[in-house]
Amino acid sequence: MVLSAESCLVANAWICGEYVQTRQSQIIAAVQQHVLLTVVSLALGIVLSFPLALVARLSPALKGFVLGASTAVYSVPSLALFAILLPVTGITQTTVVIGLVLYSLTILVRAIVDGLESVPDEVVDAASGMGFGRVSLLLRVRMPLALPTFFAGLRVATVSTVALVTIGFVVGYGGLGNLINDGLQTYFRAEVLTATVLCVVLAVLADLVVVGMERVATPWRRRGRA
Amino acid sequence: MPNQQPLLLQVFSWLTDPANWRGTDGIANRLVEHVGICAASLGIACLLAIPLGLWLGHVNRGQLIVINIANAGRAVPTYALLVLLAIGPLGLGSVSTIVALVLFAIPPILTNTFTGIRDVDPDIVDAAQGMGLSGAQVLRKVELPLGTPLLLTGVRLSAVQVIATATIAALVAGGGLGRIITAGFGTNNIPELLSGALLVAVLAVAVELSFGVLVRRSRARLS
Repeated sequence: MVLSAESCLVANAWICGEYVQTRQSQIIAAVQQHVLLTVVSLALGIVLSFPLALVARLSPALKGFVLGASTAVYSVPSLALFAILLPVTGITQTTVVIGLVLYSLTILVRAIVDGLESVPDEVVDAASGMGFGRVSLLLRVRMPLALPTFFAGLRVATVSTVALVTIGFVVGYGGLGNLINDGLQTYFRAEVLTATVLCVVLAVLADLVVVGMERVATPWRRRGRA
Repeated sequence: MPNQQPLLLQVFSWLTDPANWRGTDGIANRLVEHVGICAASLGIACLLAIPLGLWLGHVNRGQLIVINIANAGRAVPTYALLVLLAIGPLGLGSVSTIVALVLFAIPPILTNTFTGIRDVDPDIVDAAQGMGLSGAQVLRKVELPLGTPLLLTGVRLSAVQVIATATIAALVAGGGLGRIITAGFGTNNIPELLSGALLVAVLAVAVELSFGVLVRRSRARLS
């Protein structure tokens, strides 16, 4: 490749179209990995958070334990968590996913517990009076009413997960974080700034997707507002 | 030769080996560096965010800005900002680290201070004004004491976050406990890597718990 003297690559400019052009496939691969790691981690987090929240509601002691454990996990730095997982799961995507799932759980479990607790007693009494059993009460009354709180938590978890994926670079799977790290090692400004901007764009897009999911999942709220 | 001892024992012996505590790379120095960087960053963030949050909450303005700052803080990856600062004008070193840590510590403190002050019962504020208290007096004698638990919750969130982020700073420039983790990574020394991770986790949980006590005390004082 011949570089002209005015090339922004030679000048090591922050904004460089030539960088985006010449490394297109590399950037797309990083974005794909970033999205995949985010989606898999959040999906697992959502699936696991519901049973955990229900377990937490069985007794005050269990609730204290589950919420206490999640606070403890949340205060463990991501680099340290990946380091702790490393001897167990090695330099794999699994290490990153487990770490991200644990962080998302700390937010999601609390959100579901809060949501279920915020359902007014009168509503539960009325439903029981109408003949709802324990299971249908949970599935058809409590859960739907807890959804807005759950989605508020999911938005926070989603945006945080997109940002946290970057640290996965320490085990080689950090999506755009890999580019940021590479840019640091080679002092490549355009690479770092491009990857950072893409990270923020991904976070905003992911947030919009969750907002869309919330609208689909809670149609009664939409009608109420209109 | 692979070490046949159980991993936990290896970590224990690494942590209890006096040789690993001495020198620039020793645990003692890294711990002091870590706490120093964190305390400086948290202090600067408090100096900037608390007065601003108090004022905005008192006049009940700027909610949109405060919320957007909080959202932006969450969406920008910490590592990305650190690297941007390090290869930018600030250069590799502790200045980049502290600036990045301050920027990430501001949103939780600002949001919680703002909310704490703004959500003080308006009837109480009215009563205080009716008793002839000036705006500054209302803020100092009524709103601040009532908003303190939430303000401290914000500082607590930031403190834990700063300790976690300071670890990542080791990947870019600075010292601190993260250096023990990265050194362990570099030489594939798993006990060292785990010891570093453990030390940071313990520090973070200790800070979390101590601030928890502070928050509970400030709540208890109100009731």
